[in-house]
Amino acid sequence: MQNYDLVVIGGGPAGMAAALKAAECGVESIVVLERAETLGGILEQCIHTGFGLHYFGEELSGPEYASRFIELFKDTNIDIKLDTMVINVEPDEGKNIITAVSKAEGLVDYCAKAVILAMGCRERPRGALNIAGTRPAGIMTAGTAQKYVNIDGYMPGKKVVILGSGDIGLIMARRMTFEGAEVKVVCELMPYSSGLQRNIVQCLEDFNIPLRLSCTVIKIHGKDHLEGVTIANVDENRRPIMETAEYIECDTLLLSVGLIPENELSRSAGLQIDNITSGPIVNQDRETEFRGIFACGNVLHVHDLVDYVTGESQIAGAGAAKYIKGLADNDPEYINTKGINGVRYIVPQRINLNGDEDVKLYFRVGQVYRKANVKVTCGDVVISNKKKPKLAPGEMENVVIKQEQYKDFDRNSEIVIEIVEG
Amino acid sequence: MKRELVCVACPLGCGITVELSDSGEVLSVTGNTCKRGEAYAHSECTNPTRSLTSTVKVTGSTLPVVPVKSAGPIPKGKLIDCAVALRDVTVKAPVKIGDVVVKDILGTGVDIVATNIAEVK
Ligand SMILES: Cc1cc2nc3c(=O)[nH]c(=O)nc-3n(C[C@H](O)[C@H](O)[C@H](O)COP(=O)(O)OP(=O)(O)OC[C@H]3O[C@@H](n4cnc5c(N)ncnc54)[C@H](O)[C@@H]3O)c2cc1C
Ligand code: SF4
Repeated sequence: MQNYDLVVIGGGPAGMAAALKAAECGVESIVVLERAETLGGILEQCIHTGFGLHYFGEELSGPEYASRFIELFKDTNIDIKLDTMVINVEPDEGKNIITAVSKAEGLVDYCAKAVILAMGCRERPRGALNIAGTRPAGIMTAGTAQKYVNIDGYMPGKKVVILGSGDIGLIMARRMTFEGAEVKVVCELMPYSSGLQRNIVQCLEDFNIPLRLSCTVIKIHGKDHLEGVTIANVDENRRPIMETAEYIECDTLLLSVGLIPENELSRSAGLQIDNITSGPIVNQDRETEFRGIFACGNVLHVHDLVDYVTGESQIAGAGAAKYIKGLADNDPEYINTKGINGVRYIVPQRINLNGDEDVKLYFRVGQVYRKANVKVTCGDVVISNKKKPKLAPGEMENVVIKQEQYKDFDRNSEIVIEIVEG
Repeated sequence: MKRELVCVACPLGCGITVELSDSGEVLSVTGNTCKRGEAYAHSECTNPTRSLTSTVKVTGSTLPVVPVKSAGPIPKGKLIDCAVALRDVTVKAPVKIGDVVVKDILGTGVDIVATNIAEVK
């Protein structure tokens, strides 16, 4: 058994920022457990630029953004264990047990006062899709292709169709074009893209790659290797319109149909998972319902910008430090946050009204809105009502609730965010 | 003449409207949230540029490729040519972040620099 004040699970941008913040707040014994051979998480394969504009005020690539944080570890005495996979978390207030395996140390139990979950997310796999036809080679998630091309230096194919217009799919459309592939079309089931506008411009329009909305792959062709796909438009109930079916020859089909937080550990630990975010339920310190267990980054909810991951993880790191030093509030008074009328989810899901800082609520909408108001209320009190030129599912929004406002909120009420059109 | 653009200078992706004269001069820029957006609109209507990211092969390292970027913006029309040129470039480990991999790529005046380390095997 190895004893630490804080065990951080995952060494991506979330785990790194949380560990560094906790150290800065005075936590002395910290270990980061990471299953890969390097710190940095998914950023190591995101070689395009666009990271760090908010946090560093300059546009960095993924590995550059990660390296800024990796460098900071040199001046700390945080222990880092790479090639170390956590297989179980046993919550027990103040002495949680974390079990991990590694080549170097075998099976090890860690005992920790506090735990930060920072396992990130993974892509929805192909099994999650219902497409008729065979299952030949050449079908993979966009993130897998990203790893092949950017880390392993290997091009998976020459003629590409992309299903789903998530950011990773868009980025890979451009990346494969640069490496000599022909990207024939990006099909998106929904009438809008879930990717950022800038990626549609820079990754598709710049190279005349068509984006077909309300369109999906209905059949896969090829025996051992993919030879082509049939695509078709869909009606408003997302049923294919057969008259629009069209065969497209390709050797690679990339799936970019969304990300899901990687919460197997959280589930088996008994944490309550939010049905919409697929991440644990947390308060404003990113503390779960188990005291001393925190979560941040993509394991909590899927972020589009790593800058927000860093910000959120610093909150979790500071929260864990407060808990470890015995400074946390022992009698929290919680009320829930609730999204209605177009607001799909809010993080944090509950806030402690005895908190001593302003709280930023992050939320996502379920469809595209133009010139709509974001209205925040608590009981009869209107906290804010701001006009927004545009709201889109692909872009995370936030509202701030001031401490001097929420401290007097009715303990039996809830904080509601809604979209008011017109 | 009016042109509708999406600013790509940051992930906010503001919608920008540019008013152009018959000779292609920028008369007005509206819809941007910040100054960078205005600069983007001017450049997009007169001399559009993009930054380039890719990988180059590396020998003698633990990894087969190392990621690179253009140190500054490249004319949009030369983007693909520069990407094609990078497919034939091989560097030797060790590589540090910021190392110049190709100087003045295709006469654009822009260097290609490494964005990750490649340690010696
Ligand atoms: C394929 C892919 C591509 C992406 N591309 C972009 C992009 O281009 N731009 C962008 O802004 N965002 C991108 N994202 C989102 C990106 O994940 C976030 O911006 C950011 O990296 C999230 O940080 P994180 O630390 O929460 O997660 P990650 O970066 O995923 O880090 C989680 C870490 O936890 C480790 N881990 C997980 N489980 C265990 C375990 N049981 N034991 C030990 N370690 C564990 C993982 O190995 C990983 O290193 C992408 C996501 C994916 C999945
Ligand atoms: S105008 Fe400014 S805020 Fe809007 S996308 Fe461009 S850089 Fe970002």
